[in-house]
Amino acid sequence: MNKKQKKMLVRIAITAVLFISAEIIEFEGIYEFIYFLIPYLVIGYDILYKAIRGVFKGQLFDENFLMAVATVGAIGLKEYDEGVAVMLFYQIGEFFQSYAIKKSRKSISDLMDIRPDIANLLDENGDETVVNPADVPIGSYLIVKVGEKIPIDGIVISGESTLNTSALTGESRPRDIKMHDEVISGCINMTSPIKIKTTKSYDDSTVAKVLDLIENATSNKSKSEDFITKFAKYYTPIVCYAAMALVIIPPLYNIIRGNEANFSEWLLRAFSFLVISCPCALVISIPLSFFAGIGGASNKGILIKGSNHLENLAKVKYLVFDKTGTMTKGVFEVNGIHHNVLTNEKLLEYAALSEIYSNHPIAMSIKKAYGRKLKKEKVESIKEIPGEGIISVISGKNVLVGNEKLLKDNGVEPISCKCVGTIVHIAVNNEYMGHILINDIIKPTSAKCIRELKKTGIKETVMLTGDLKSIADNVKKELGIDEVYSELLPDEKVSYLEKILERKEAHEMVGFVGDGINDAPVIARSDIGIAMGALGSDAAIEAADVVLMDDDPIKIVQAIRVSRNCLKIVYENIWFAIIIKVLFLLLSAIGKSTMWMAIFADVGVMIICVLNAIRALYIRRV
Amino acid sequence: MKKTYEIDVDCANCANKMEEAARKTEGVKSCTVNFMTLKMIVEFEDNTDEKETMKKVLKNCKNVEDDCEIFF
Repeated sequence: MNKKQKKMLVRIAITAVLFISAEIIEFEGIYEFIYFLIPYLVIGYDILYKAIRGVFKGQLFDENFLMAVATVGAIGLKEYDEGVAVMLFYQIGEFFQSYAIKKSRKSISDLMDIRPDIANLLDENGDETVVNPADVPIGSYLIVKVGEKIPIDGIVISGESTLNTSALTGESRPRDIKMHDEVISGCINMTSPIKIKTTKSYDDSTVAKVLDLIENATSNKSKSEDFITKFAKYYTPIVCYAAMALVIIPPLYNIIRGNEANFSEWLLRAFSFLVISCPCALVISIPLSFFAGIGGASNKGILIKGSNHLENLAKVKYLVFDKTGTMTKGVFEVNGIHHNVLTNEKLLEYAALSEIYSNHPIAMSIKKAYGRKLKKEKVESIKEIPGEGIISVISGKNVLVGNEKLLKDNGVEPISCKCVGTIVHIAVNNEYMGHILINDIIKPTSAKCIRELKKTGIKETVMLTGDLKSIADNVKKELGIDEVYSELLPDEKVSYLEKILERKEAHEMVGFVGDGINDAPVIARSDIGIAMGALGSDAAIEAADVVLMDDDPIKIVQAIRVSRNCLKIVYENIWFAIIIKVLFLLLSAIGKSTMWMAIFADVGVMIICVLNAIRALYIRRV
Repeated sequence: MKKTYEIDVDCANCANKMEEAARKTEGVKSCTVNFMTLKMIVEFEDNTDEKETMKKVLKNCKNVEDDCEIFF
């Protein structure tokens, strides 16, 4: 609580005590007036002062002015307790609002705080000094101790450790690092100290970029916010004119009918209108909901770059995916060994030894699958046939490793594989020994992602890929994706996306999920571009509207749920506040609500809206 | 030329009023007030003196909301 708030709390307390005692003691005539005037001035002097200043500046619909008119009017009608109560509740409401906003602002900011406080800089003599990360030049050497955040992006020079990336990715699985690995700022060093050489300045480091992005996200305002801003602009004057009409028309009607004008009664009802005319509850809860939603998402490794993007994400009905790296791991792996005469291990050893000098992804995957150290001395000769494979002599045996053509050309009949992927056939001494199936593996959560998306109400899932039709169709079948377009060039992906954009309805959004690097044009063209596995990739963070820090497809579902939840809360607040306000306007107009009930309703709505908005912060796991 | 300034204001509607007042100020091309982070992002017209313009912005904001502050 700051000084301003403490002072306010004291004023509220004094007023409350004086007000209650005045109610109990029951003064008469002028004494009653004086005894109520004291608490009124204690609680309301600043409002009155601002109201008078406002009049000179032409701010007639300013809420201070409206409150002043309503309460002074009530006192003028000898409704002293109404006047004081309204001012008191109004100030309590304002107090609560400023307190709650400050509190939630802080708790959301704390949640997003991945800022490293210090860097341990090493000089030439190996002495370390603690400095501000912003002052560390590129190419400096830093020590990152256990429990500390890596302050700046860099490369490990010495030491091995495990990093906790959860602050950035929302993923609790730790990441192992060793010498020459790149490390990203914001990760926490968990097991042992490491020495790193910085490759960027602090401002260009991941952590600074991410923070900048989140902080500015709520500056990109959503349509709901624009709506409320406009609504607030018209709402107050309209209610004020209605109040004026209430003072003039019914008493005039009474006079015409020959009845008593009952002017003071209608005036009191009009003052209730003025009390309800402040749009604050509405205006505050909307940006707060978005801020909480964006804050909560960032804590889970989902960066949403603006309230407008969050709104669009919630309205996604068509979701288009890239295949490689998004739905599949993007790395080749041995996925099966079929028709083998030898043991799996022996077969892999022949293949790996033949490919021993190759760095081709296929060769690498075979060597990885074999997993043991290869005995170079077993390889007597290697001859590569481009586009076909390798003929080698291993431990005195003639070995063929390659495609069907290679085997057929050498007089061996291969057995075709029914599976989709790259097939490596092996023959030893002109006898067929089996084949190895290598393909890009589908991520373990991809199928669940598609299923959950369907449950969330996504109309259509589409996959665009440059890969072969057979491979793409297989992924489609395994994941249950609705539509697949394969063998596309990068610019063709854009035109396929445009076809979807043409056939959707105006309020439906088309999202595209990719790695953000080679599909930047598609991301840019879609209504909402989502880049995944973006940790450490500036290009991806730059290009997309929504950035998923790790590469788990389930995060897509989570991101959509977060945005839907947040938008639901926004609508709840809008409707709730408007309905309660209109209800109390009606009740006041027919004289069923007093002024202090009206202000109580107003403050109550605001408190409930603020509390409801905070709910956007909490995110369920998928 | 875009610049970000820290601000202080108590209520969300007042922040909206400040935004509108700033937008109407001469030399300001566009302006966004972010109530949650208490920041004002001002884009200036070409060839304007930022300091002078911000003085005017502050004056206009004070006109609509007494209790506000812009730090520049």
